[in-house]
Amino acid sequence: MTDRALPVAHGGDWRFWLGEHRGTLLALGVFILMFALYTGNHPAGFNADVVTTAANKGVLLALVAVAQTFVVVTSGIDLSVGAIFVLCNCVASRMFWETGLESAASVIIVLLTGLACGALNGLIVIYGRLQPIVTTIATGAVFFGIALLFRESPGGDVNEDLADFMTNQFPGGIPASAVALFVVMLVIWTPFRRSMLGRVVYAVGSAEQAAYMSGLQIRRAKFAAYALSGLLCAIGGLFITFVTYTGEASLDNANAYTLNSIAAVVLGGVSLFGGRGSAVGAIFGALIFRTIGDLLFVFDLDPLWQPLFLGIVLLVSVCLGSFRLIRIRNRLDLFG
Amino acid sequence: MDGSATGPLFRMEGVSKRYGGVNALTGADLAVEAGRIHGVLGENGAGKSTLMKIMTGVVRPDEGRMTLDGRAVTFASPAAANAAGIVCIFQELSLVPDLSVADNICISNPPRRFGLIDGRTQRRIAEEALARAGGEDIHPLAPIKDLPLSRRQLVEIAKALVRNPRILILDEATSALTAADVRKVFSVLKRLRQEGLALLYISHRMAEIAELADECTVFRNGRNVGTFKSGTKTDTEIVELMIGREYSHAFPPKPAPKASTETPALEVRNLSWNNRLKDISLTARAGEIVGLGGLDGQGQRELLLALFGVLRSTTGEVLIDGKKCNLSGPSDAKQGHVGMALIPEDRKTEGLMLPMSVRDNLSMASLGRLSKGGLVDRAAENRAIDEMIALLQIKTDGTSVAVGTLSGGNQQKIVIAKWLMTKPKVILLNDPTRGIDVGTKAEIYQLLRKLADQGAAILFYSTDYDELVGCCDRVLVLYDGAVGRVLSGAEITERALVSSALNLGGGHAEDGTPALAGAGAAR
Amino acid sequence: MSNAGSATSVLRKIDPAVLTAFGCIVVLLLLAAALNENFLSPDYLLAQLQVASFLALMSTGMMLVILLGQIDLSLPWIITVGGMMSTAAAGWGPWGPVIAIPVGVLCGVVFGIINGIGVAYLRVPSMIFTLGINAVAQGFMIVRTGGAAPQDMATDSMHDLATGRLILGIPNPVWVWVVVGAAMVFLMRRTIFGRAVYAIGNREIAAYLSGIRTQRVMLAAFAISGGLAALAGTLLAGYSTKAYQGMGNPYLLPAIAAVVLGGTSILGGRGTYLGTVAGVILITLLQSILSVVRVPWFEITEAHRQIVYGVVIVAMLLLYGRGAKVAA
Repeated sequence: MTDRALPVAHGGDWRFWLGEHRGTLLALGVFILMFALYTGNHPAGFNADVVTTAANKGVLLALVAVAQTFVVVTSGIDLSVGAIFVLCNCVASRMFWETGLESAASVIIVLLTGLACGALNGLIVIYGRLQPIVTTIATGAVFFGIALLFRESPGGDVNEDLADFMTNQFPGGIPASAVALFVVMLVIWTPFRRSMLGRVVYAVGSAEQAAYMSGLQIRRAKFAAYALSGLLCAIGGLFITFVTYTGEASLDNANAYTLNSIAAVVLGGVSLFGGRGSAVGAIFGALIFRTIGDLLFVFDLDPLWQPLFLGIVLLVSVCLGSFRLIRIRNRLDLFG
Repeated sequence: MDGSATGPLFRMEGVSKRYGGVNALTGADLAVEAGRIHGVLGENGAGKSTLMKIMTGVVRPDEGRMTLDGRAVTFASPAAANAAGIVCIFQELSLVPDLSVADNICISNPPRRFGLIDGRTQRRIAEEALARAGGEDIHPLAPIKDLPLSRRQLVEIAKALVRNPRILILDEATSALTAADVRKVFSVLKRLRQEGLALLYISHRMAEIAELADECTVFRNGRNVGTFKSGTKTDTEIVELMIGREYSHAFPPKPAPKASTETPALEVRNLSWNNRLKDISLTARAGEIVGLGGLDGQGQRELLLALFGVLRSTTGEVLIDGKKCNLSGPSDAKQGHVGMALIPEDRKTEGLMLPMSVRDNLSMASLGRLSKGGLVDRAAENRAIDEMIALLQIKTDGTSVAVGTLSGGNQQKIVIAKWLMTKPKVILLNDPTRGIDVGTKAEIYQLLRKLADQGAAILFYSTDYDELVGCCDRVLVLYDGAVGRVLSGAEITERALVSSALNLGGGHAEDGTPALAGAGAAR
Repeated sequence: MSNAGSATSVLRKIDPAVLTAFGCIVVLLLLAAALNENFLSPDYLLAQLQVASFLALMSTGMMLVILLGQIDLSLPWIITVGGMMSTAAAGWGPWGPVIAIPVGVLCGVVFGIINGIGVAYLRVPSMIFTLGINAVAQGFMIVRTGGAAPQDMATDSMHDLATGRLILGIPNPVWVWVVVGAAMVFLMRRTIFGRAVYAIGNREIAAYLSGIRTQRVMLAAFAISGGLAALAGTLLAGYSTKAYQGMGNPYLLPAIAAVVLGGTSILGGRGTYLGTVAGVILITLLQSILSVVRVPWFEITEAHRQIVYGVVIVAMLLLYGRGAKVAA
């Protein structure tokens, strides 16, 4: 038989898929484990309300974590995600929600706000050629200031029907927030990931010089990454408005979401150096982060000890990657 | 299609480019014809890579013009040059490590369906391109970072072919390929020539250029110093064109070998590591220059790193002056009683901190010696630095300028000077004259012999056979991580080096063994 | 080969970023004086320096870490650890008041060492590791204090150190800054350690191959950063006579901004202490002016301050903090 026609074996493709999504799958596995533990030990057991409450909290951080992913994948970092999140919350609380038409318009305005914030970040980083970390520190202050302009003190309102709908469940116990997150990912992340924009974004994060030499449109892609990050923060801001019915410009909140989004992103297997990882992983990272806190509560751990435990767990999990160091034979490989 | 009937496909006239105060290209001319392979030769720094960058839109020329099909063109970016049909195959620079082979091959213009990238079609295109480029065994979904260098270059070639180029530029594209791969690539290139492509082959390997090229152009100091049909000049004539003067080896005389009973400065016993170094034993005496030979990738670089303490989990013994040493890193290795120095492989990333000043770079390894109680003695430092600059004749505009502004040869001198300031007893050099101009090379050869005469033991890996022949008292030819053969004194000839390098593999030069390194003096 | 000592050559040697920073300081002072003559009074300026001293201690440590090419996001809670542990130690038996400050600083050093181990030896990116340490430090303090505001009081000497004016009428914290700053300049310019920091920030692998013990240097830098942060926390506790939850939170972003505005590259390997001094004064002045300035026809709120704060930082960075283009 002279059959040498097939140049490449088609079996074993799954090997590469596994390798590429290793971080995401790991995060998924850990989350399922933890969530099972949580609902298993929750006094109310595994029922729809428990799941929905957990989902609502988790989705909030997940949205901000996805926003962070867009920027981290380009090997940048966005320290203003929390501020954009809070800003959009405050803007939403100032909008008109009486009629269906007004509500739709309000939603669009809030989304545009986030988009604009992200776009501003992108413009300064790309055309100003400033480092993302310092840029977003400064723009974060600006966005937070604007949030204060909208909402000096907590208040405001939102379309209650819409809010209830988004924070409740569908028949069968599936939380609406989870469905919403799924839709957001389907509509925004998946097309982005499989598009030319997504490819360039990942290429830039992996090797910007090589991307340039390959003739890729780097500026456009980076801009899209930052703008979409802002958009996701806006969706998060909308959602927290649905959950709390108010707008509040809390600096603690903004900082917490920013820093937790970085933790979520790392837990979800996204590399802080760029070019690797997926927003899906970041979502599971966020859910893991939230569930740890809940787990500690459910296991009746003295609430006093919970923040310490949470911190140690976070620390240990980011150190897990250091196990690869044991196998390094050439010390030059230690240097990144 | 015969391009010569209607004029060259691509022409460059009077092109100049300056970087700071340095003229990279001055009034450069080049004519490329369709259906021909045009070889471009020149030393490093002659302007070949600047020429290529201008042709592919990476940089803009300061003066001059380019015409394609008789019409004037300018390229604002690599994308524009690609659109015009000019594609360049780099050594490694344009592959994205975290993306797959297929993603990289179709990176800038993937097939699309409903606006999104069509993975299945892309994979098919990639497989076809890989087959065309001779890389059928490369899986299209493999991430680039998992591929060895030789495979990456094949992917680079496949990527270029997918763009349907009219002019294909290969810039040192075969340096990491095995001999078998080079054969495949050559047959691909010859086929492309028949199909009417114009190929520009930039290389330093005259043997390859002789086989491939229809005509050659030699660059020197940023100028085109000669264009001639292949085969009309001898190798020596070509080298003289490249270096601009009469060509003669500039090696200092070697001392007569003397039998010595003193303990060797460096002794290695049964050194093994990670299946890349296998049971290596060697000695180097004070005053000796010992060379490491053999084909690329047989463990020479790893041996030097192992001696310097950079590799973990090595087995075997290393003795300095007869005393066992357990080195855990470069900071141990440079200590007085060990006294080792390593001139690393890549001066720009491993040997120097380019933005830092000449002074800071020079004293970096000997800060311990130049200080008391952790405080740096500025006066002693300046004295030592001035001494070194004079000794090695380093051309620099004062000691406060950034090292990145110096020429390649002077940069390498600074790396060497940095280590000489530690007064080493054993000096390890990892291909120290790669990419250095001929004048500086000669200075380095003289320096090495002088250091040996002053009592240092030198272990010297080079990919240039002429250097090994000219400089070394003994050469250890490595194969597959072990010492295959030792040549001493008059035994060291190019023929002996080449044949022992090949024969150690049992004569299997055609499959899986890396190709010969630079034949000929120019590198 | 030495350089001439004329004034122009000295000016030429100074990083343009630092000059710009000082220039902006002058502009701010003039602006402030235009709004209110009291701003240029020695009393007010000294008060500014006093406030700046706290930030300066934090920025000094942060600068060291940034020069290495890393970042220390555990600043907020190491500050708090310093404040809380020193006030706590004040009550530990008869020797309490003596060991209060050293205990506080030591706790900061311990956290710094852990940071150093994580970044230098475990090779975890500093951004995430120090973030984790921040959370752990917070956890420890919550356990210690029961989550409520600690009742420990600062010692008299702590209070005096933070608020007194012992020498020449200049506030004591400024003297602390002078001593620490001088030590830092000495460290950076005259010691092997200082050279090693710049080398590692420029290219760690080349520093390693030159025989520098890069891991030890990084460990020491993070330890110093932790110690200085804790010292600042101790002084802050002395100032308010108490430590309180989250006392370090407002300082993270200003500390980083001060370092960067002083011309230190966030990527490492480049920067001077003079620049950090300028950056600290600049940020402090900016915040003071924004909080005090009154314009009759407009009510300036915290919101406006934040916005101006952010805009000014971006504007200044655009002036001199820009990177190189990707293509040649």
